[in-house]
Amino acid sequence: MNEYDAIVVGAGSVGVPTSYFLAKEGFKVLCVDRHSSSGQGQNKAAIGGVRATHSDPAKIKICQESLDIFSSWEDKTGFDIGWKKGGYCFPVYRDKERNILKSILPIQKKFSLNIDWVDEDKIKDRIPGINPRGLMGGTFSPDDGQVSPLLAIAGFTSEAKRLRTEFKYNETVKDVMIEGSRIKGLRTNSGEYHADVVVNAAGARATEICSMAGLDIPVIPDSHEAGITSPVKPFLDPLVVDLRPGAEDRTANFYFGQVRSGQVIFCYTPIKPMVGEDRRCTSEFMPIIAKRLTDLIPRFKNLLVRRLWRGLYPMTPDGVPVLGKSEKVDGFYMAVGMCGQGFMLGPGIGRNMAELIAHGKPLLDRDIFEKLSPERDFYRERKEMLK
Amino acid sequence: MSERLQEHPILNILDGMDVGIIFDGRKLVAKENEMISSALFANNIQVFGKHHFDGWPQGIFCANGQCGQCLLLVDGVPRKACVTPVFEGMNIQSLDGLPRLPEDDDLPVMKEIEKEDVEVLIIGGGPAGLSVAIELGSMGVSTLIVDDKSKLGGKLFLQTHNFFGSIRDCYAGTRGMDIGKIISDEVEKFPSVSIWRDSPVVGVFSDRTVGIVKEGMYRIVKPERIVIATGAREKMLLFHGSDLPGIYGAGAFQTLVNRDLVKTSKSLFIIGGGNVGLIAAYQALQAGIEVKGIAEALPVCGGYKVHLDKLLRLGIRVFTSHTVLEARGAECLESVVISEIDNRFKPITGTEMEFRVDTLLVAVGLSPVDELAKKAEEFGLNTYNAGDAEIIAEASAAMFSGRITGRTILKEMGANVMIPGEWEKFLGVLRGKPGDVHELDTSTRERKVYPVIRCYQDIPCNPCTEVCPLRSISIRSGEISDIPEFHDKCLGCAKCVSICPGLAITLVDRGYDITGKSALVIIPWEMPDGTIAQGMEVITSGREGEIIGPARVIAIKEANWQKRRRLVALEVSMEDADKVAGIRIIKQKEGNTNVGELVRGDEYDVLCRCERVTRSEIRRLIQVGARDINDLKAFLRVGMGPCGGKTCMPLLKQLFRQEKIDLGEVTDHLERPFTQEVPLNAFLGRKEGSY
Repeated sequence: MNEYDAIVVGAGSVGVPTSYFLAKEGFKVLCVDRHSSSGQGQNKAAIGGVRATHSDPAKIKICQESLDIFSSWEDKTGFDIGWKKGGYCFPVYRDKERNILKSILPIQKKFSLNIDWVDEDKIKDRIPGINPRGLMGGTFSPDDGQVSPLLAIAGFTSEAKRLRTEFKYNETVKDVMIEGSRIKGLRTNSGEYHADVVVNAAGARATEICSMAGLDIPVIPDSHEAGITSPVKPFLDPLVVDLRPGAEDRTANFYFGQVRSGQVIFCYTPIKPMVGEDRRCTSEFMPIIAKRLTDLIPRFKNLLVRRLWRGLYPMTPDGVPVLGKSEKVDGFYMAVGMCGQGFMLGPGIGRNMAELIAHGKPLLDRDIFEKLSPERDFYRERKEMLK
Repeated sequence: MSERLQEHPILNILDGMDVGIIFDGRKLVAKENEMISSALFANNIQVFGKHHFDGWPQGIFCANGQCGQCLLLVDGVPRKACVTPVFEGMNIQSLDGLPRLPEDDDLPVMKEIEKEDVEVLIIGGGPAGLSVAIELGSMGVSTLIVDDKSKLGGKLFLQTHNFFGSIRDCYAGTRGMDIGKIISDEVEKFPSVSIWRDSPVVGVFSDRTVGIVKEGMYRIVKPERIVIATGAREKMLLFHGSDLPGIYGAGAFQTLVNRDLVKTSKSLFIIGGGNVGLIAAYQALQAGIEVKGIAEALPVCGGYKVHLDKLLRLGIRVFTSHTVLEARGAECLESVVISEIDNRFKPITGTEMEFRVDTLLVAVGLSPVDELAKKAEEFGLNTYNAGDAEIIAEASAAMFSGRITGRTILKEMGANVMIPGEWEKFLGVLRGKPGDVHELDTSTRERKVYPVIRCYQDIPCNPCTEVCPLRSISIRSGEISDIPEFHDKCLGCAKCVSICPGLAITLVDRGYDITGKSALVIIPWEMPDGTIAQGMEVITSGREGEIIGPARVIAIKEANWQKRRRLVALEVSMEDADKVAGIRIIKQKEGNTNVGELVRGDEYDVLCRCERVTRSEIRRLIQVGARDINDLKAFLRVGMGPCGGKTCMPLLKQLFRQEKIDLGEVTDHLERPFTQEVPLNAFLGRKEGSY
């Protein structure tokens, strides 16, 4: 009773795939979450874009892995997770963004990403109705895509359960148990569970779980608001990112896409981060994003807006995730600090963590993986350019 | 053929201007400013589109802008038929599958969204909200009252019947529609009260602001105090075929018939014997629609006995301990199958009956529209509730609770007003369920002329006592919910007959025929012209509809001081004089007992209409352990459509209970803005088109 090979804290975008891949390795897994079912933290707030086209090598490799897992999921399991291979498109109107995007193309190509600079006409083909005034072109990466976060987590949970992973919901982790320098399990508000491996995939609560193990890992959530329209006939293939800040001085950039079932889903990055765990909607969001959307694609004005929400971005000081095992507490692993990209990184991280835990080394090249180490200096220069 | 009301015993038939519209290429005639849905109904069109998942026909459902069932295309743009008024030349297309986003690439001029601070914001201009506004307006408090319709008054304008209660406190004896006019006119007089019509409130936000779509334009209001007077919405019932066009709420029916003067149906059936269902049946008859019957699951109807009795007298069949098993029809409702149920609500095999009807009204109760209230409270706004949004009751209670809420606010603002202790008590009485049914006093009178009062259930009502010029009728114990008594003095003025909201009083004149063979009975009458005529032989019915005997119509005359109620003088045999309570006008027809094969299982019973999720799909997940409604949403999209779970969440919770799961174990779904879909262009700070 209550003995497991591994315990994963957090049944979210990272924790569930990690549980699933550990179970595939033959581990007896327990996944614990304080919510009532999987994906009730930030997973359901994700807009579902999945791209490998980052500038950080580790994120590129991990998301290539994720794309592979997402895109083949239905074939392998028979469960439709809403995968749509529509690519990612970054339309460009100014030299500044053109220079940034062009400057990272070499590294992206080095990792054999299918991405290129395309001209204005190609962008107009990809994004019907895009405002042509001043459009310079942009980048397009056809192999990226979108997935339904709701269906994906449901799919991963089902498969993990099929492989005998136990899910304990409505349980909040109160403490971790350590003997000497070895992790032994954890205590929740309703039970004690033993395992020699504990994976912290607690998203916005990552720092709190780490501190239970005596570790100081800085993950500070801020939040973004998002919304979705009622569905219309599919007309927009790629997920679109406009890197320009808004004229209203509130938005750093914004992004949107049409999901496979027809809804347009959208979000912006505020210039001034909304730090904290507040997930309640504000009246500010919709008037701002509506203008940005319409300004870029005027025909969007006739969409019907259905729902709004707000999700947390568990941020690290250097803008890249924290992945790997603790040097101080044996058996304590971390997969946290996703900086708002937990959904697209999740499956790739899950597979890497399972490899690391089961076989002692991740799939990624050691030197790339090390860059994400919890032992790193978090306060080096920020390096991710495509947040 | 036009399906509009040509005449109505209560409503004024205003012949509006004709406008030409086009629906799927067909030219139709509509009435200026009416909603698209009513224009289509009036032209015999009940299917507005096909669902994008499975092609299932879609039509009117809430008739209130709350769901997305009636979506269609207006000049290529998706709009809700029930809240979009027609205009000359409007080009409407049915929606077959998903709408195409129009390729309109004009970049609009965009402006800042206007924000404003208000002292008191009242959401809802129905009986409760207006009553709050009257209290605040009369003290000069700066108040904004917003309503999603083009006219204040809320559902009062659908209430063609005389209200119960007391004359002094809540306009008893006056028709709801007339009360609506009285109190909205009053609100309009106060300079400190601003009114926003056509302005649905779509969200309350954590920055303590409220999002309102004012005539198509988004506005943000920051109130010091907020009053939620949003009323109630109808509960739905789930059975096989319950998603067919032609099945909708009794309130939606009242909107189409009483507001828009559309004859929605030829023949209908009603499920639910509460006041809403009973009143809807009566209103259907007034609109010239055949009512095949009312089914009520409980052994007794829950509505006022007087409402029930007046239907029974007319000959409407009421099937207690019955439920609807299934609805049948290819594209629209064609028939319903009902069956008797046992005391555990299980259908009894062999008792099935099928009725051919084009409409089934669901009147199985109301639930408060409280999603805005919950958010307002959660976000720490200074929140007050009034009317049905607080507790479901009659509109008279809503008005009274509005007055109390208004005064509560005034007091908290420091005004020197009083809330008499008896008001709270009276509100409790108005909100109470109908009470005991008593034996009726049937002792013979010594007099020649006297009223027979068939009001024998405890309900709060007293107009008869106040109109009697001789003060010869009084409430037995003095408590308003007690029953009235006649004290033997009568002028024969028939005022009691013409004011009684329950149509429960007749006037007997035994001196009419000097031979003593026959007597004259005056009964109240509100049925359409031509139903009966002077000189006609009719069959009379007793208190609860039992046949009494033949009678002759001597005269039909207007009750001159009570608007739109007629008094019918019947010549009846002397021995029937006290028994005659009404006229049987309906030829009762038996249902077809050979109902054929019934659908087994619930594989096709659609619980979530927006996303077409069936009961069996949800049940399967519950059975494998799903206890979080958010989890069900993730798997199945139940509750994630345009209505946001307004219809299906109560059904979903019912399903958990049916599966023997304590709702305490079930995590409720998260509600988020918007409470109804908002066109993106509403947020651009510009005026868009004419709708």
